[in-house]
Amino acid sequence: MPAFPTFPKAAREATGNAQLRHNLRKATGTIRGKRAAVVAELDDWAELRRAGKQIKERTLRHLDTYLEQVEAAVIAAGGTVHWAADAAEANRIVTDLVRATGERDVIKVKSMATQEIGLNEALAEAGITAYETDLAELIVQLGDDRPSHILVPAIHRNRSEVREIFRDRMGEWGRPAPDDLTDEPADLAAAARRHLRERFLSSKVAISGANFLVAETGTAVVVESEGNGRMCLTLPETLISVVGIEKIVPTWADLEVFLQLLPRSSTGERMNPYTSTWTGTTAADGAGDGPGTFHLVLLDNGRTDTLADTVGRQALRCIRCSACLNVCPVYERAGGHAYGSVYPGPIGAILTPQLRGTADPLDASLPYASSLCGACYEVCPVAIDIPEVLVHLRERVVQGDAEHPRAKGHLAERVAMRAARTLLDSPRLLGAAQRAGIATRRLHPGRLPGPGAAWTDTRDLPQFPDESFRDWWARRSAAGEGAPAAPAAPARPTPEAGQTPEAGNAPASGDTPSTTPTSAPEERK
Amino acid sequence: MTTPRTPSTQPRTPGGAGSGSRAAVLARVRAALRDVPATERPEDVPVSRDYRRSHLDDDPARRLAVLHENLVDYRASVHPATPGAVAATVARLLAERGSASCVVPPGLPEEWLAELGDGVEVLRDDPAGRPLGAERLDAVDAVLTGCAVAVAETGTIVLDASAGQGRRVLTLIPDHHVCVVRADQVVASVPQALAVLDPTRPLTWISGPSATSDIELDRVEGVHGPRRLDVILVHADGDAPPAP
Repeated sequence: MPAFPTFPKAAREATGNAQLRHNLRKATGTIRGKRAAVVAELDDWAELRRAGKQIKERTLRHLDTYLEQVEAAVIAAGGTVHWAADAAEANRIVTDLVRATGERDVIKVKSMATQEIGLNEALAEAGITAYETDLAELIVQLGDDRPSHILVPAIHRNRSEVREIFRDRMGEWGRPAPDDLTDEPADLAAAARRHLRERFLSSKVAISGANFLVAETGTAVVVESEGNGRMCLTLPETLISVVGIEKIVPTWADLEVFLQLLPRSSTGERMNPYTSTWTGTTAADGAGDGPGTFHLVLLDNGRTDTLADTVGRQALRCIRCSACLNVCPVYERAGGHAYGSVYPGPIGAILTPQLRGTADPLDASLPYASSLCGACYEVCPVAIDIPEVLVHLRERVVQGDAEHPRAKGHLAERVAMRAARTLLDSPRLLGAAQRAGIATRRLHPGRLPGPGAAWTDTRDLPQFPDESFRDWWARRSAAGEGAPAAPAAPARPTPEAGQTPEAGNAPASGDTPSTTPTSAPEERK
Repeated sequence: MTTPRTPSTQPRTPGGAGSGSRAAVLARVRAALRDVPATERPEDVPVSRDYRRSHLDDDPARRLAVLHENLVDYRASVHPATPGAVAATVARLLAERGSASCVVPPGLPEEWLAELGDGVEVLRDDPAGRPLGAERLDAVDAVLTGCAVAVAETGTIVLDASAGQGRRVLTLIPDHHVCVVRADQVVASVPQALAVLDPTRPLTWISGPSATSDIELDRVEGVHGPRRLDVILVHADGDAPPAP
């Protein structure tokens, strides 16, 4: 039994939750509009996007070189570098590092990588309490909940639910919420500020991830909004950063692309309120500025498996902006929890099965958690062709392959496809089958039996006509009436129109492919 | 969480500092990249740099105006001033916000403090000798700094912890940040800012007061960082103050 239900089961439950659907529709609708507006401000968005894609491509194709380079740079700057092959090893490294400080409490910056490896749980087993400091992560932690969105982990909660969680649970973790707490977001944010302030000032150890790691300088970058990141990166004596090996960018100058792409794609802002960069243990003016001890934990945990798949490796370009979640019709209805992973939405559907493999039924169901509409590809700031990878992974799930022999095929589908191939290969067989289908029309069930039932649960079976086209044609020709004039064939529609930024034409810079040329900032207002 | 897969063969190095599975991870990376020709160098993978270096024309007054507009858009307050008026502006802002104590970093121009009345206690951070502790800073109302560079297109101010800017903690804990930006420190774009910044310094990029969109994606200003950001935009005497 998998720990989580497969996507279709989980989604069925989630779509029945009216409150969740309302929260998600409101939130994703808001962010879509903001993103489109700030992306439209830059008339070189297409060029930035291509550069972002290419820089990540260069990094991934030479990842070994860059990993060794970043390691040397971090060590030269006074940091220590650790390598973790999997979650268990990363957790062990971090736990040992915290133990060595003698502290029992750590504060955390929001980090996908530490969520992915289940670090908080591992620390708890070692008797160490990890305090989340990002507002949404705090909401999730206090509510004994799981994150459901990359950017806003508590997107499934509305303001009144947040107020309840704060009122009921804050006292167990520290300073309780005030009695007169309202459900105004500003009031809730103020309560979080008071609750965490003392903890920031007294904590000796912080754990973070990083948005970017610059190979040439060893510089780590954390992009945030609230200032909790700055608190964690500045006040403690020891900083431990857990960073996936794909987070590297080659040069300092490369950040000029990503610091434009990320905030606009992610929160729909020209720039996020705070970005901190640090290089090893930095000392300004001869005095310590920030942690005196810096540990970098480079995390593999399935990333090299993903890298080995030449089609699927593009998922490692992801900069975790969450734009693909916010435009996805499936995510908007199913919510993040249905994906059974810290990476929900379209990117999760291609990342999770590659990081974890497709042996588990949940992971094998993820590549199907999509209508292949392509909206995610259009908004992705590093042009990950998510639909292409989804189709590729579906093939892997069905066929299995040398690299992933554990992937179980879909037996019924394979049998049906083989039968179809036999039938469609032979005009005689096809004609016979059509006539048999027509003869038995009245007996056709409305719903398929067996494995086909799942298909007809949500679709109608096509109706058979009175006569097949082939028989009709043969009958008319035999009657000597000659073939009717064929109507002029319509021009073949190109499904890629406005969809392929790679084909040299600019991608749509808004959410609609038909946006007019965008105006530069000086023409605003 | 479903338990992540454990990779098959892991030579375990004893948990010494800075080792772990270095060789194993690098070997896996190289095995995964079998399709990359051995002769290919990183620079052989093309990166087109045809995006803009700047989205603004090269007009200093226009840059200031756009910076002003974008700062205000993200809820910072902007106060144009001539060099001679900085001190008066600082005094007025601290008084208006009721800030009775203000911390200043070493290397801050003294003339900026010239008009503070006796009502404002000035604390001087001395990182080399006696740096102010976090607890002490938590009891301070305001902080006054200069900056390294400001980015017009994004409404961003960058501090690099050099003279007049101080340690990162100074601009983080007090609730009211007053920042002086000289016109010659303003660049148009993110690429231009990165070109003049030193990555080895601890950098803080600030775009407005702290904010969150974590509740229903409604943007709320003021979480853990300063809830008030006042920017004094210094333009040369004789130039008209920039107006958005």
